[in-house]
Amino acid sequence: MTGSFPVPHGGHVPVLKLGDVLLVTLQGDLHDGTAEQLQQDISQAVADHGVTGVVLDISGVEIVDSFLGRVLAEIAAKAGLLAAQTVVAGMRPAVAITLVELGLTLPGLRTALSTEDAMRLLSAEAEQAPQAAKGAQGAQTWVPRSGRTCRESP
Amino acid sequence: MQTAGGVSACLPIHSDMDLVWVRQHVRQAAAQLGFGLVEQTKLVTAASELARNTLVHGGGGQMECAPLEGRSPGLRLTFSDDGPGIADLDQALRDGYTSGDGLGMGLGGARRLVHDFSVDSRPGAGTTVTVAVWKSGAPRPREER
Ligand SMILES: Nc1ncnc2c1ncn2[C@@H]1O[C@H](COP(=O)(O)OP(=O)(O)OP(=O)(O)O)[C@@H](O)[C@H]1O
Ligand SMILES: [Mg+2]
Repeated sequence: MTGSFPVPHGGHVPVLKLGDVLLVTLQGDLHDGTAEQLQQDISQAVADHGVTGVVLDISGVEIVDSFLGRVLAEIAAKAGLLAAQTVVAGMRPAVAITLVELGLTLPGLRTALSTEDAMRLLSAEAEQAPQAAKGAQGAQTWVPRSGRTCRESP
Repeated sequence: MQTAGGVSACLPIHSDMDLVWVRQHVRQAAAQLGFGLVEQTKLVTAASELARNTLVHGGGGQMECAPLEGRSPGLRLTFSDDGPGIADLDQALRDGYTSGDGLGMGLGGARRLVHDFSVDSRPGAGTTVTVAVWKSGAPRPREER
């Protein structure tokens, strides 16, 4: 069921397939080039393996600037075109606070507190609406401009 | 180049690998001065934006990092290049304005993330962006998690 195997990719970003979900673990300080490569690799992996969800685990990422933010949003947009939902998991509180001040609006980037939450979210959605609009229902959309990060209630 | 006590440094910015060094240096300098985790994260993010602008728009340059004396310790970061310069600074600072394919959030966003922000730029004469941040005095309870 969760037969996981490594999916080929460039750089040092582990990409695992867990059932219908691609789990991508970003860690440390990524070069711009690595981040861009990752974007291509994920699209390719989504297309090749027909996954329905992508979880981007950024719990090991120390900063998200406008470049990486845009890469994350583009990964989600491309996966969406291939009918896969993307959830960004585990954003550090310091990173979330900084992104709000930076003013980075990444509409459509959905977040979850942990990879486990993200996996649950995706599988619940897959059950609920196999073919229907896999839109925003039940999911958290991250819209920092509204002053709400949705990732934590105090 | 980081000596054991190294806050002061001058780092080249000519490749995306250099951006990694800039971020690492600013992180360790801020940590060394006792900046909290959120303060560090904000400053490193601002530095990353400004260093990338130096690289992408300015055609490369350098960052100078220096400690600031004061009531509480601070850091001054100076990003300079000999690139085309910025003709309309107000426009460049506006959220969403980009002359390339960025989000246009870097310059205005970096300004919000620091305490002091100044730009010296003229068309044809390059760009120098200087920012300063001071460590907050109060304990920071919300940084635990
Ligand atoms: N060092 C520089 N030299 C010349 N022009 C610059 C420099 N820094 C910024 N600019 C100009 O200011 C504009 C806004 O910069 P800003 O960082 O806000 O956005 P961006 O770099 O285009 O996109 P991003 O959101 O990815 O940072 C740039 O598009 C560029 O035209
Ligand atoms: Mg920029």
